[in-house]
Amino acid sequence: MSIDATVAPCKCDCACGEQATEAELMVRLEEVIEEYREKEGGLIPALQIAQTIFGYLPDPVVNRIAAGFNKTVSEVAGVISFYSFFTRNPRGKYLVRVCLGTACYVRGGKEVLEAIKKRLEIDVGETTEDRQFSLEVGRCFGACGMAPVVMVNDDTYQRVKPARINELIAQFITEEEPAAEGENK
Amino acid sequence: MINVTINNQSVHVPEETTILQAARKINIRIPTLCHMENREPIGACRVCVVEVEGARTLLAACSTPVSEGMVIHTHSTQARMARRNVVELLLSEHDGNCQTCDRGTDCELRALAEEMGITDLPYEGVKITPHIDDSTPGLVRDNAKCIKCRRCVTVCNEIQGVGALFPQGRGFDTVIGPAFTRDLAEVACVQCGQCAAVCPVGAITEKNNIQDVWAAIENPDIHVVVQTAPAIRAALGEEFGYEPGTRVTGQMTAALRRLGFDSVFDTNFSADLTIMEEGTELLTRLKKALVDKEDVALPMFTSCSPGWINFAEFYFPQFLPNISTCKSPQQMFGAVAKSYYAQKIEVDPKNMIVVAVMPCTAKKYEAARPEMNANGVQDVDYVLTTRELAKMIKEAGLDFRSLPDEEMDAPLGLSSGAADIFANTGGVMEAALRTAYEIVTAKELPVENLHVTPVAGLEGIKEASLIITDTIHDWNFLEGVELKVAVAHGLGNTRRLLEYIKANGCPYHFVEIMTCPGGCIGGGGQPRFTDDSVRLKRIAGIYAEDESKPLRKSHENPDIQKLYKEFLGVPLGEKSHHLLHTHYAPKQQTCPGE
Repeated sequence: MSIDATVAPCKCDCACGEQATEAELMVRLEEVIEEYREKEGGLIPALQIAQTIFGYLPDPVVNRIAAGFNKTVSEVAGVISFYSFFTRNPRGKYLVRVCLGTACYVRGGKEVLEAIKKRLEIDVGETTEDRQFSLEVGRCFGACGMAPVVMVNDDTYQRVKPARINELIAQFITEEEPAAEGENK
Repeated sequence: MINVTINNQSVHVPEETTILQAARKINIRIPTLCHMENREPIGACRVCVVEVEGARTLLAACSTPVSEGMVIHTHSTQARMARRNVVELLLSEHDGNCQTCDRGTDCELRALAEEMGITDLPYEGVKITPHIDDSTPGLVRDNAKCIKCRRCVTVCNEIQGVGALFPQGRGFDTVIGPAFTRDLAEVACVQCGQCAAVCPVGAITEKNNIQDVWAAIENPDIHVVVQTAPAIRAALGEEFGYEPGTRVTGQMTAALRRLGFDSVFDTNFSADLTIMEEGTELLTRLKKALVDKEDVALPMFTSCSPGWINFAEFYFPQFLPNISTCKSPQQMFGAVAKSYYAQKIEVDPKNMIVVAVMPCTAKKYEAARPEMNANGVQDVDYVLTTRELAKMIKEAGLDFRSLPDEEMDAPLGLSSGAADIFANTGGVMEAALRTAYEIVTAKELPVENLHVTPVAGLEGIKEASLIITDTIHDWNFLEGVELKVAVAHGLGNTRRLLEYIKANGCPYHFVEIMTCPGGCIGGGGQPRFTDDSVRLKRIAGIYAEDESKPLRKSHENPDIQKLYKEFLGVPLGEKSHHLLHTHYAPKQQTCPGE
């Protein structure tokens, strides 16, 4: 598996949209490994940052991190697959995370999830074909008073109702990617 | 010292002792599943829970240290019920299929259920979706049988330093396996089978070749030759109720004949042959280094252990030139059987099947290596583990314990005691020194009873040195040289030794590596369960076999001398080169992916 650099955030962490090359991303990965390799418990933050750099954790990145931390690939894979935050697939521009922690679950989180699945026509862990949306499940975002909660990238949406999912998703399509709307209907 | 009371018995134990160790001291059995000797307890299975007076909850005996005045009940109602509950929960998701499981009556989980009197299951659990990983020649994994005790993870990571296995995912969906639940063939697994040796259930086993061997035996057009590794004879008996280390060479020979093999031979024969080739190779490399001042790879590493070869190809390719080019005794045997012996009995090698009985799962992989075809056909066709041979003997209805002692066939059945000790860690080294020293000095190796004791036993890395004096003419360049050797067993120890050599340069001339702890006697295909006490008994059995023989040195084996005279010529000669030597190539360590 080669790295799909097209899903990586821009070169400079702003929103200019200029993509970094794979080689540039690998240089940044080396810096992260260098910073965290000696730190106690450094693997998880390194994986988090690596995922921010690449948008996901493909094999070359995992292999490099394992070597850098002097750990086996199976152990690093064990950490990645243990935490739902980490993804092995390229993510879309918008990461939709539905909380299924206890409070959100009892207040209808599951119905919200079903509605989003239906709207985006993808399952949990998948990305829409146009690479606009990815869907993940979270286990408590620490905002139980606002349950059920959905996060889109770093923004939180509270007391979400299944009936208003189309509206929630639509704002991301109409605002920036009008062309994508048709593909996701 | 600490005083505790277990089941109303007092016991005095040192500080840091666990409840489990204290109980074992007074012969109270607390069942365990995840526990492994000499390893930090992980407390994963909870089968060892006991009641401690004053404690808020039941405690895991394996990971709880004793404290002064502790009062412990290992089999109180509460402890028994909790333990039973743990086993019932394990059984509720375990894809048992006991009737058809490879483990049969040898399963620790089944034994535990029986011990606890579990006759029905109160829980209707969701079963794990089965995935059979039979991607490698040596091992089969069935995750639906896995109870996630993690013994295989401990052995693969901590003892072997390979790390092919690790828990993937979380909770009910956890899979104990390679990275991202890949199959073994996609990762750097060396096929040593130590995971299969420690698995309490049927989740990891050897790939079964019994039906292939029956088919060969029953085909009248095929001449089926069997060879048995030295480590088998001190372990096979365990499958028939003998103590570990009981030597059953004669009964094993009788059993093989009754199973219908056409020729019953000994891998020991080719172990003697290995010593001739490898000893000569070592002396040749030393001559090149010391006399011709050529740039030659030293130290020389032994090449008998196929898990070690895989390990070097994956993890230490820089040492591949240092590994002896000798094929392992298993492969040498096959190459000689299908040439020298086939010619003698006038059988086309295409109509000959060579079956090897090995204590090993990596030997299945080795036999299948494409370059192992000296006569245009694979040198060795099928490899059975010690366990598989025992199954065939049982299937054939042979009463093993009442079989007479029989002798192996000629000409590939005669061997020296030096060949027997190939089974033990330090054994190949000792066998090589017995011959090499005598070649160089024309005198017997000057150690008591021919044993090189510094390299024997279960210490992880061992070393010895020997100053060579009174050399004969051809070997005068070795006069006064201090020959330094090292021995490692278990790949974790091997990794430590190689890292040391990488960092500090190498003080050694010759290094013996065996993949499994204790050497082949502790191989991944041996009867279960192998702990250090079993290893020591098998090691003692093998040394006794060596000492019982009139021939103790490989070069004195008259049938080996005859083989050179009639067929091979000289060690490292052209014919040897073609039949008995091989080469190695680096392997990709990480999965390159799709």
